Amino acid sequence: MKKLVRHRLFWPITALITLIVINTAARPQFISITVRDGELYGALIDILRNSAPLMLVALGMTIVIATRGIDLSVGAIMAVSGAVALTVIDTSGAPGSLGTVFVALVVALLVSLVLGSWNGLLVSVLGIQPIIATLVLMLAGRGVALLITGGFITTVTSAPYKFIATGYVVGLPFALFISAVAIAVIALVERRTALGMLTEAVGINPAASRLAGVRAKGIVFGAYATSGLLAGMAGVLYSSNIMAADANATGLYIELYAILAVVLGGTSLMGGTFTIAGTVVGVFTIQTLESTILFLGVPSAQAPVFFAIVVIVVVLVQSPRLHRLARRLLSRRSRDDDAGRPASQTKTPVEVAS
Amino acid sequence: MTADVRTAPAGPSIRERYDVFMSRHASLMPTFAAVAILLVLLISAQFAFGNFIAPRNLSALLLNNAYLVILAVGMTFVILTGGIDLSVGSVMAFTGILCAKLLADGIPAIVAVPAMLLSGAAIGLLIGVLVQYFDVQPFIASLAGLFLARGLAFVVSLSSIRVEDPAVLWLQRTRLTVGDWYLTPTGILALLVVAAGVYVAQWTRFGRTIYAIGGNEQSARLMGLPVARTKVLVYVICGLCSGLAGLVLTAYSGAGYPLNGVGTELDAIAAVVIGGTILTGGSGYVLGSLVGVLVYGVIKTIIAFQGAEPSWTRIIIGALLLLFIVVQRVIVARSERRR
Repeated sequence: MKKLVRHRLFWPITALITLIVINTAARPQFISITVRDGELYGALIDILRNSAPLMLVALGMTIVIATRGIDLSVGAIMAVSGAVALTVIDTSGAPGSLGTVFVALVVALLVSLVLGSWNGLLVSVLGIQPIIATLVLMLAGRGVALLITGGFITTVTSAPYKFIATGYVVGLPFALFISAVAIAVIALVERRTALGMLTEAVGINPAASRLAGVRAKGIVFGAYATSGLLAGMAGVLYSSNIMAADANATGLYIELYAILAVVLGGTSLMGGTFTIAGTVVGVFTIQTLESTILFLGVPSAQAPVFFAIVVIVVVLVQSPRLHRLARRLLSRRSRDDDAGRPASQTKTPVEVAS
Repeated sequence: MTADVRTAPAGPSIRERYDVFMSRHASLMPTFAAVAILLVLLISAQFAFGNFIAPRNLSALLLNNAYLVILAVGMTFVILTGGIDLSVGSVMAFTGILCAKLLADGIPAIVAVPAMLLSGAAIGLLIGVLVQYFDVQPFIASLAGLFLARGLAFVVSLSSIRVEDPAVLWLQRTRLTVGDWYLTPTGILALLVVAAGVYVAQWTRFGRTIYAIGGNEQSARLMGLPVARTKVLVYVICGLCSGLAGLVLTAYSGAGYPLNGVGTELDAIAAVVIGGTILTGGSGYVLGSLVGVLVYGVIKTIIAFQGAEPSWTRIIIGALLLLFIVVQRVIVARSERRR
């Protein structure tokens, strides 16, 4: 039991399960999944489907945070990627054809990869602080997206493009497969090769890892490039869901939600050890919380208050000072107990063991 | 040969003087660069449009950017300690809508305005306490502040509220004219905040402690400076400035709107950095941030004159930001090598 509580995924998973239980108690239909025309529907399926963009962004963010960095530009990259994809489809002759959509997808992802590499270049080669380096693109990116769409909200009708976010494959949303593939690829590359360990080494001590022969610059560069690519895919998903490229609203504050998901999952912002599974749980927790807030009848615009409270609670729980305070309180209480009731001493070990 | 011997002791050459000046005033260089960019922008705009450097246009510059000036002053203090505050835009929106709501409910401005300033300061206090006493990174703590303030703004009201209070509108409508130049109370407010900021940063113990913390927090603590109090107070000041900016923006737009100031925190940070404050803290000037805001405002005006896409503003500001960051990086690297 103690080992289970000590496991680093224990608290994230407990939080998620608690949320699901509360939801199910409040509205039993939350847990139920109905099959309609061989496709699954239900609140849980919605959460899985809607979490796809955040999942992609948060995966990239996990890797970046592991290198002791941060990527603020993901929202802006999403906006650019959506704008590029929809502009390609809009200006082509056949918006409905599979080829057009494929070209749009490739161009959008390439542009995002370039933007991510730009961040990587600033951080790894020029040695600029990550917050500042990615701030440049966060600021300029939305401007670029607005230029691409000409200041308007580009809307298109293209069945294959719409399929990316809203289509179903073997009874499950297609978006779910995209995030599953992303999770699998990242987890395999990071955990089945030495890359994950090297990334953690860079995050724990960049200078020491460089002296130990780790190519820190390349790893940091790769982290930002990956984050950019994943954000680009998230942008495609987002624009496909609403079939519009809104440069101002796409991915607004998603960098903050992604960072929150990573922290909720138990990855420290100080870099180093990271957990992909934790991030996945963190994303689902955020999406479930959002669904809960909407169910409670709170306008979605007011939801940030709840997230602010969550952020404050999470950082307080992680705070070393609070740990010290709690430990002191606990030790004082046990000392008081010892002094006040010496007879109970024999009982104490039994309590601990249970 | 003899000529060389005779001229050398006459005094340091221009080159040497330049080197000495540069090494003594290295921290002023980015601010000088910002002033130079501002002048180049103004002069080239004057040549391009013919009527750019007109009293009317330059007066409008201060009027349109008064709220950003106030935000940038608060942000400068935070960045000087090596922190960052992402919440300023949201706090500005929250205090603005709170003020509009209170006024609409019939509460007099004499109560509503202090209430909004206090609520701004309270959010700043929350961030400061999280940063100082719970070892939360400033980025994350102010992120919580951003979420909190943005959500609270929508809790106050989901839609915009018109302001009809004469006292608040007076701030905007009154024009003190000298010839073609004019100044509104909001502009005066912004300039007063800058003046107070310069005084506090340069000539008070509190201000010098801020620089000491930004230079090296450990050393500041060992010197016996009140690090904890100063750091919390810096965020409170930033929150207070955000509240004041909320008042100015509400007066400027004549309404409170919960979606005001999305992304304004980035503009404020960009203005501070362009004004020559180094993001790792310890070096920079409040007056430089005023220059930074003016550079921002001039670029915006030029783009409006040009009739180009307004989105170019953000792109150009982003490029300028990058330029200044790289310049700062070089300066920091040089001074580290000297040590």
